Amino acid sequence: MNYTLDFTPVIEGLPNLLLACLGTFLLALCGMVLAIVIGIGGVILRDSRFKPLRWLVIGFVEVIRNTPFLVQIFFIYFALPLAGIRLDPTPTAILALGINGGAYAIEIIRGGVQSISKGQMEAGLALGLHKAQVFRFIVLKPALRAIFPSLTSQFVLLTLSTSIASAISAYELTSVSQRIESDSFRSFEVYFTVTLFYLVISWLMMRIFALFSARYFNYPVK
Amino acid sequence: MTQASMTTSAAQAMIAMERVEKWYGAFQALHDINLSVRAGEKIVLCGPSGSGKSTLIRCINHLEAYQKGEIRVGGTVLGHESKTIDAVRREVGMVFQQFNLFPHLTILENCTLAPIRSLGLSKAEAQGRARKLLERVKIAEQAEKYPAQLSGGQQQRVAIARALCMQPKVMLFDEPTSALDPEMVKEVLDTMITLAEEGMTMICVTHEMGFARQVADRVIFMASGAIVEEAPPAEFFTNPRHERTRKFLGEILGRH
Repeated sequence: MNYTLDFTPVIEGLPNLLLACLGTFLLALCGMVLAIVIGIGGVILRDSRFKPLRWLVIGFVEVIRNTPFLVQIFFIYFALPLAGIRLDPTPTAILALGINGGAYAIEIIRGGVQSISKGQMEAGLALGLHKAQVFRFIVLKPALRAIFPSLTSQFVLLTLSTSIASAISAYELTSVSQRIESDSFRSFEVYFTVTLFYLVISWLMMRIFALFSARYFNYPVK
Repeated sequence: MTQASMTTSAAQAMIAMERVEKWYGAFQALHDINLSVRAGEKIVLCGPSGSGKSTLIRCINHLEAYQKGEIRVGGTVLGHESKTIDAVRREVGMVFQQFNLFPHLTILENCTLAPIRSLGLSKAEAQGRARKLLERVKIAEQAEKYPAQLSGGQQQRVAIARALCMQPKVMLFDEPTSALDPEMVKEVLDTMITLAEEGMTMICVTHEMGFARQVADRVIFMASGAIVEEAPPAEFFTNPRHERTRKFLGEILGRH
């Protein structure tokens, strides 16, 4: 093999690549926030007394979890404009990441809620709190703590799926690197570097989650 | 007793259960429960496991729905709509076998959550009230700790203080010492005795017969979802009328 490594295009593109890393990071972060909101909201509606709402959530989770993420992005980006909803690539990516991550988050958080003993809720109700207050003040935090490791790995996965948003040219690492690669044909150098960057981003995400967990779940358990 | 005098005595009662029936599907958990508790009265409920004693007190604050009959707490008829359920729950405190303290809240926060969120007290008011009650159950110095850092007996005393923070008119105890190590039973019973001496209306599901002798005005024996016998403790322990009561007392006092 007489391939000579040449990182010059990568080095020249470094400012762009680093900025794109930030893009990926922010995309993931926004997606996660949306996913958490959808996740918690979905869990509440999933156990609503109003049956159609329950079915809606179940249907949503089934559809999202059993279809490819790429198709979901394409649907939002190319199909929704026909219904008059036109979004730029980056908002599309955030929305798709949030919806996709949210569907998984619903199932994960629901597992956490179910792990909380009935006695906790009864104690809250007996104290005169309403169901919604019991959920918010008593159930939610211990439930999130119980499933936080699963939520973390789901959200690392979400971070990595931002690369799929390159298909609609959202501003993120994969699409920027593709441009550098197609200008320079330095495939190995570009994707080697990009792989390292993704590793760092994932690691950073995990650190953030670990720090958050240590601060937010700071109460002792037996 | 005539129908008229029954109605009057029930009207003055703090808690009145009339012809209450409850089913779990096809299984009838409570049969024709009639119970009237005056303000300040202390009732001990006992009976074999599965006899419906927990179910009975859990109906009083509607943790369990009942299907027939009527329950009144204070002046409120406990219906099945949230308005009366909320009104009753604000008047009725409950202590559970498993303590059920909230693990993510400090002892103080456990005590202030409901007064703030349910009664609308300010944080300062709620904390003042909580500290006073934690003092009363002799646990004030633990206020900033979390439940997992306390012993079972301490946790149960916090649970009592937490319920008292709502300034309830009635306290329900659902086997409050059954999950405790033997050496911690006394501290919880002492707290309950103090509460009884201060005039609280109490219904206690417990097998602590010493406690029953000391504080109960009436001991009620249940079996198979029905009230079998009720009597003042002196009479209940020395002269039980029913065979099932005698058998139960023989078993439980034999063990102690």
